[in-house]
Amino acid sequence: MICIENLSKSFTLHNQGGAVIPVMGGASLTVSPGECVGLTGQSGAGKSTLMRMVYGNYLTAGGSLIVGGTDVATAEPREIIALRRHTLGYVSQFLRVVPRVPTLDVVAEPLLALGNPADEARDRAASLLKRLNIPERLWALSPTTFSGGEQQRVNIARGFAHAYPALLLDEPTASLDATNREVVLTLIEEAKVRGAAILGIFHDEGARSWVCDRLVDVTGFTPRAAA
Amino acid sequence: MTLHSTDFPQKMRDPDQPLLTVENLTKRYGARIGCADVSFDLYPGEVLGIVGESGSGKSTLLSCLAGHQRADLGRIAYDGRDVLAMSETDRRRLGRTDWAYVHQNPRDGLRMGVSAGGNVGERLMAVGARHYGQIRGKAVDWLGRVEIAADRVDDRPSSFSGGMQQRLQIARNLVTSPRLVFMDEPTGGLDVSVQARLLDLLRGLVRDMGLSVIIVTHDLAVVRLLAHRLMVMKSGRVVEQGLTDQVLDDPQHAYTQLLVSSVLQV
Repeated sequence: MICIENLSKSFTLHNQGGAVIPVMGGASLTVSPGECVGLTGQSGAGKSTLMRMVYGNYLTAGGSLIVGGTDVATAEPREIIALRRHTLGYVSQFLRVVPRVPTLDVVAEPLLALGNPADEARDRAASLLKRLNIPERLWALSPTTFSGGEQQRVNIARGFAHAYPALLLDEPTASLDATNREVVLTLIEEAKVRGAAILGIFHDEGARSWVCDRLVDVTGFTPRAAA
Repeated sequence: MTLHSTDFPQKMRDPDQPLLTVENLTKRYGARIGCADVSFDLYPGEVLGIVGESGSGKSTLLSCLAGHQRADLGRIAYDGRDVLAMSETDRRRLGRTDWAYVHQNPRDGLRMGVSAGGNVGERLMAVGARHYGQIRGKAVDWLGRVEIAADRVDDRPSSFSGGMQQRLQIARNLVTSPRLVFMDEPTGGLDVSVQARLLDLLRGLVRDMGLSVIIVTHDLAVVRLLAHRLMVMKSGRVVEQGLTDQVLDDPQHAYTQLLVSSVLQV
């Protein structure tokens, strides 16, 4: 489902003397349907960079990056938009929403974007919010004023609203209590059972051993190691 | 001949065909460049953001695209038709039916001496609607969609707040179900709280009506939330374009890097 081959990345800082910083080289990995692969490596090793390249936020310098038949490395913006809408979900660490939009609508949005009827989308959003223990009295409020843990759960509900065939999870359990951590890990397991290919970053070792089938250490993808 | 928007073959929309194709569009003011060599495709349902500092040519580009100014060189194809070769009558008709233009200052897009309902109804009459009850009904419906209470329908926009005026301008523009909307700094003069509400409204309308939008702004936060794709202009030329979050998160051009790193964090 996700197939990365010989991927490389560098940043050129034009406003700092045109410094070119190679950050990744020779990155290769695959994630099959129903599989969860965890990225490991120290802070700064390039885990998030790799995730952002898969999602199309970062351009690639070389190699291929195929998600559900689309090569993200060479795709046109509109192909990536379609990929994100139908195939590839992303739960980032930070919730970015239009202020003042009710939580229920924030969670339902990916389903509305796919053309699902509004009541069905809201029902699905409500059931996820309930599972993730977001009190119903908060659903009509914007999540921008919520606590960090609540925002993260709203972000997770939004990421799991549509049954994406491929999912990127960046620290999905980072600031959650034991109960909610378990809910999230169960959601991940359910996604695997329905055949989702999941690539994730989990600092929480317990979570990692619970859901990950394999681990890939991105330290092996640093340009020095690749050269 | 009627002038209703259904004259245009809306059923023939093909999501894989660009709605608008622009090639090498250039506008000069004497020796000075307004905009030069601008090329892009816009597909149905897509929102394209154009950013750049004042004087970068983004507003010139928008007004050339919308036909408010005549480009010197280049080609604009809308739904397979050559816009620059069209007669003025046909182009004006397009501007009333398939296209809409939302001005930064609502006073430029509204008739301040006419009631809110009249502002919306006037657009319907311009495309051939004649039944008063239906016109008023549709006007009230649209005022509701942009969250203007029905009891304000007979008030003049001069008694409205800036945010309400901007929402009224949007209702006036969208009542005829256009397919392509040009927006020049639509959230420009508004308080941030009003801006948020307008952004949410625009996002919903884009999604539900399948609108294609070209939005000019200097506000990177606005384009991040609204635009699928982004074009960065400097000195009349496009220096970078791509997926919005890619351009903002991994800018390639020196100017875009400067622009992105200059935004104040709150």
